[in-house]
Amino acid sequence: MTLTVFYLLSALSVFSGLMVVLSRKAVHSVLYLVFCFFTIAGHYLMLNAQFLAAVHVIVYAGAIMVLFLFVIMMLNLNLAAEAQKTPWIKISAVILSGLMLLVLVASVKGAEELSAAQPQNDIGLVKNIGNILFDKYLLPFELISLLLLSAMVGAVLMGRKEPQPQNE
Amino acid sequence: MFSLNSIAAFVDAWLNSTFSPATALAFQFIIIGLLAISLFAVLGLVLVLMERKVSAYMQIRLGPNRVGPKGSLQTVADTLKLVSKEGLTPAGADKFLFNLAPFIVMIAAMMLLAPIAFARDFQLWDINIGVLYITSVSSMAVIGILIAGWSSNNKYSLLGAMRSGAQIVSYELSAGLSVITIVLLAGSLSISEIIHSQADGWWIFKGHIPALISFVIFIIAVTAETNRAPFDLAEAESELTAGFHTEYSGMKFALFFLAEYINIFIVCAIGSILFLGGWMPFHIGNWAAFNHIMDYIPSSLWFFGKTFFLIFVIMWFRWTFPRLRIDQLLNLEWKYLLPIGMINLLLAAAVAIGGWHF
Repeated sequence: MTLTVFYLLSALSVFSGLMVVLSRKAVHSVLYLVFCFFTIAGHYLMLNAQFLAAVHVIVYAGAIMVLFLFVIMMLNLNLAAEAQKTPWIKISAVILSGLMLLVLVASVKGAEELSAAQPQNDIGLVKNIGNILFDKYLLPFELISLLLLSAMVGAVLMGRKEPQPQNE
Repeated sequence: MFSLNSIAAFVDAWLNSTFSPATALAFQFIIIGLLAISLFAVLGLVLVLMERKVSAYMQIRLGPNRVGPKGSLQTVADTLKLVSKEGLTPAGADKFLFNLAPFIVMIAAMMLLAPIAFARDFQLWDINIGVLYITSVSSMAVIGILIAGWSSNNKYSLLGAMRSGAQIVSYELSAGLSVITIVLLAGSLSISEIIHSQADGWWIFKGHIPALISFVIFIIAVTAETNRAPFDLAEAESELTAGFHTEYSGMKFALFFLAEYINIFIVCAIGSILFLGGWMPFHIGNWAAFNHIMDYIPSSLWFFGKTFFLIFVIMWFRWTFPRLRIDQLLNLEWKYLLPIGMINLLLAAAVAIGGWHF
């Protein structure tokens, strides 16, 4: 039963992930990405991490993807207006994604023992995650919050109106 | 005594004794689905009628009074009219997304029913992160609205969807902060534990000033989140015809309309659970006799009474305040409600740590 659900969810997430890249319309890509995030939230639920699943949906599907949709709908991208890409851009994109793939494979390679381990019953509870975040990983957590804060300040600074020169 | 819990227990026992456990579970799913759909239908009919009657009363009119006794069947007639209308799809629309959008909005509204406790021990799914579940599912509805606006291929729809999206995403923060205030005081994310923590007094009474402030912020934020006046810029009829559902007709329009009223019911139910004790009866300190009389009123009546009171308040807003401009709306959220909410959260943390609530 659990295995069937797992395979179904995995097939759905792989399919939607592929469709993100393959769809012709930008808005469809974003919607497939939203769907992909929901299936990943389903994986979290199957690992008994309800808190992570809920936060994942709130942050990614609910907030970030809505902003994506916003920007793409505003730009109103369609097939005719697709930007012409020079070969250099294409080549560098391929190299960059290849490097990214290398990093991902390297990180997944070390995770073999994780897949065999049974999910603990209480790993996803808010209390345990809070304890880990504010105890074991306190420094990285605070650093990430500083990073986000500086990004926010930068965005506000860029979005600020230039003070108008006073003319008489 | 009348109790939804005993009825549910009886049905469960009967199904399990008659069928195998798997079949019984399947039957229970079907029953729950049918109950949810009929609850939606009844709520839609009642709330639309209530809105029209409340607005008529506030404007010293009679309101609908032709169909049925005192106009009570008016919304039934309206629904029949909508069902019999043709559901058009514009030629330039993205057909699949256009037809999908109303269902996304409805499904999000339906999923929100799961953790809500309608009466004492009468809850579909007592998940340990109930409050977060509600926040995460309600953020799905905005995707439906954006899809509806974009796929209609109409500038008014797109503008309405953009406004609605900006509004919902920003006001979600304030609603979330005020919900977290109560989570802090109650010390749990689960809906049933939050309700049980209010056995000796509702949070709005025993939470002192932080609870009061967060209640006010919550009501303002959910009014904005459900796109209700004075925050109904997304469908400001004088500027955008009907906002994101301009191109929808017939039953597809009815689904959006229904989802709006269902969402009002759900946010008011959440408000009554968090701040007004859900199904908890009203108790005053150690007045044993008074408390005993209050206990005799069924818990489902308490829940629906509080919820409908909050719905009435939100309808009252609609017919009292003029509509805000978009910049005023965003200023209100980012420059006033959000900072107040954050400071209030710190206050609530102080109250919770110091144990200053009753």
